[in-house]
Amino acid sequence: MLGATLSDKTVRLVIIALLALAASGFFLPAWVVNNLMFGLARGAAVLGLLVLWRTGLMSFGHGLYFGVGAYSVALAEQWLGLSDFAIRILIALLAAAVVSVFLGFILRRYRDIFFAMLSLAFSMVLYGILVKTEALGSTDGFSVSQTSFFGWVPEDKLPLFVACVGVCLVLAVLVQMYLRSTLGRLTTAIRDNEIRVEYLGFSVSLAIHIKYVISAALAGAAGGMMAMALGQVDPDSMVYWTVSGELVFITIMAGPGSVLAPFIGAIIFEFLRTYAFEIAPHAWQLIVGATLLLIIFFLPGGIWSLLERIPFIRRLRHE
Amino acid sequence: MSDTPILSVTDLQKTFGAVTAAKDINVDIPSGQIVGVIGANGAGKTTFVNMVTGYLKPSSGIIKFRGEDITGIAPRLAVHRGLTRSFQVSQVFMTLSVRQNLLSALALARRQGGAMLMPISAPDLLQECDEIMERYKLTDVADQLASALSQGSRKLLDIAMAVVSGPKMLLLDEPTSGVAAEEKFAIMDTVMSALKATGTTVLFIEHDMEIVERYVDRVLAFFSGEVICDAPPAEALVDPKVRELVIGDTHDAGQQEELSHA
Repeated sequence: MLGATLSDKTVRLVIIALLALAASGFFLPAWVVNNLMFGLARGAAVLGLLVLWRTGLMSFGHGLYFGVGAYSVALAEQWLGLSDFAIRILIALLAAAVVSVFLGFILRRYRDIFFAMLSLAFSMVLYGILVKTEALGSTDGFSVSQTSFFGWVPEDKLPLFVACVGVCLVLAVLVQMYLRSTLGRLTTAIRDNEIRVEYLGFSVSLAIHIKYVISAALAGAAGGMMAMALGQVDPDSMVYWTVSGELVFITIMAGPGSVLAPFIGAIIFEFLRTYAFEIAPHAWQLIVGATLLLIIFFLPGGIWSLLERIPFIRRLRHE
Repeated sequence: MSDTPILSVTDLQKTFGAVTAAKDINVDIPSGQIVGVIGANGAGKTTFVNMVTGYLKPSSGIIKFRGEDITGIAPRLAVHRGLTRSFQVSQVFMTLSVRQNLLSALALARRQGGAMLMPISAPDLLQECDEIMERYKLTDVADQLASALSQGSRKLLDIAMAVVSGPKMLLLDEPTSGVAAEEKFAIMDTVMSALKATGTTVLFIEHDMEIVERYVDRVLAFFSGEVICDAPPAEALVDPKVRELVIGDTHDAGQQEELSHA
C-alpha cells in the first residue's frame, strides 16, 4: 500500500515540495512563516473545495466547516483544557465531519447554484448562532493559547508551522490516493453523467455525500490550523461569508489540476493580500479582485495550468 | 423454476396528468429471448422501458424480475439484480476516453466496500477492459474522448458499459438511432453476437423493421400506450393493425405475402 502510494509521481512531488517548504521555515523571517502558515491552513480548506469542484459542485459556505474546526479547537481548550496539536487537529477534523454527515443528507439532493447557495445559508446560520450566543464567545470569540506538542510548549511558532506542513502533506497525499481510487474517479463520472453512474449500479447521492464529508473534514482541519496559527477565533474571521468567498476565490485562482495547487494558490493569495494592503490600505480588495480577473481571462485553468507548461508536471495529469 | 419468466409485467400503467402514456401492459418474457419493441413516436415504448428499469415509477401495476417484485425500484438496485439498459441518447462520460469510460464501468461492477478505495487502473481491470474493447470493436478508438466518437462507436460504448456488470437482461432504447444506415447492421451484429454468447435476455426498441425482422424472436407493437400485437416477427410485421398503426400501411400485398412466408 505504501509502495503504491510512493510510486505516484504527484505524491512524490507533494512530499518534496512540502518538505522544502518546512525546511524554508528555518531561514525565513517570522512574518513570512506566519503568512505561509495562514496559506497552508486555507490551502487545506481549498483542497476540500477541489474535491467538490471536480464533481462539478461548488460550496459558497465552506466557512461553516472552517469555523466549526476553528471553534472546536477554541472550545476544547475552554471546556476541556486541551491544547495538544494532534488532539486539536483531530477534534477540528472530526467535528466538521460529524456536522457534514448530517447536513450532507440535505445537500446531496441539490446541484449547481442551489447546492452553492444552500451551503452559504447553512454557514450564515452558524454565524448567526455564534454572534448571538454569549457562551460561544459572541462577536469577540475566544483567544487560543499557544499549541503544545506532547506536553512541550515551544517559544516561537516554527514548530507549529512544521507540524502544519506535516498535516497538509498527509491530507494532500490522502486526497491524491482518494482521487486515484475507484470512488475518487467517480468525481469526473458524476460531473459528466449522473444517469450513467446510477445505471452502473452506484448511488450518486452516496458518492456526493462521501465527497461532501471528506471536503468538510479537510475544511475543519484547516480551521483548526488557522485557529492555532492566529491564536484567536471569532465569527467574522472564521465563519462569515467573506471567509467562504476567499476560499472560492483561491480555488478558482489555484485551478483544479492538482492536490498541490490549493496550497500554492493559498500561499500566493496570502502574500498578494499582504502586499496589496501594504500598497493600497484602502483599496487592497481592488488589487486582489483585478488579479482574479486577470487569472480568469488569461489562465482559466488557474495558476496550476501555468506550472503545467513544465513537461514533467504536465505528464502528471495523465498518470 | 425455468418456467418463471425473467420479466413479468402485469397491468402496468403510467399517467402524466391527463395523458396516459402506458395502459394495461401485460407481458411475460422468458429467459434468453430477444424481443423487439416497435411503435410510432409517443406510443409508450420508452415509457415502458423507463418503468421496467426504475427510471420512472409506474402509476399502477406490477413488475417482477426473476420472480421478485421490483416495481418502482431505484435504477441502481435494478442493476444489482441483473437488469440494466442503454439509452436512446448515449449516456457515456464525455470528457473521459473510451478506455476510462469502460474502466469506470468495470470498477463499479467489480468492486464493493473497501475495494472502492483501490486504484482504478489495476492490471486485472485493464486486461478485462481490453477484452471488452476487442469484443465491441472499440480497440481502435480506445484513447479517444467519448465526445469525439462517431455516433456508432458511442452507441457501442454505451452498450458495452451497460453489459460489463454481466446483466441477466438488457433493455436497449433504439440502439441504432442516429447511426449512419451503413453502420446499423454492423453495430447490431457486434452487439447481438456478444449478447448471445452470454445468454443475455434482450429487449430493444427499434424503428427499422429490417433490423427487427433479422434479430428478434418476438415483437411487441405499441400504440397509444397499449400493446396491440405480441407475436413472432413473421406474424407481427404482417398484422394489419400493426401495418396500419405502427409501420404505416404500404398497400404492398406482395411484400406482406413475402413476410408471411419468411
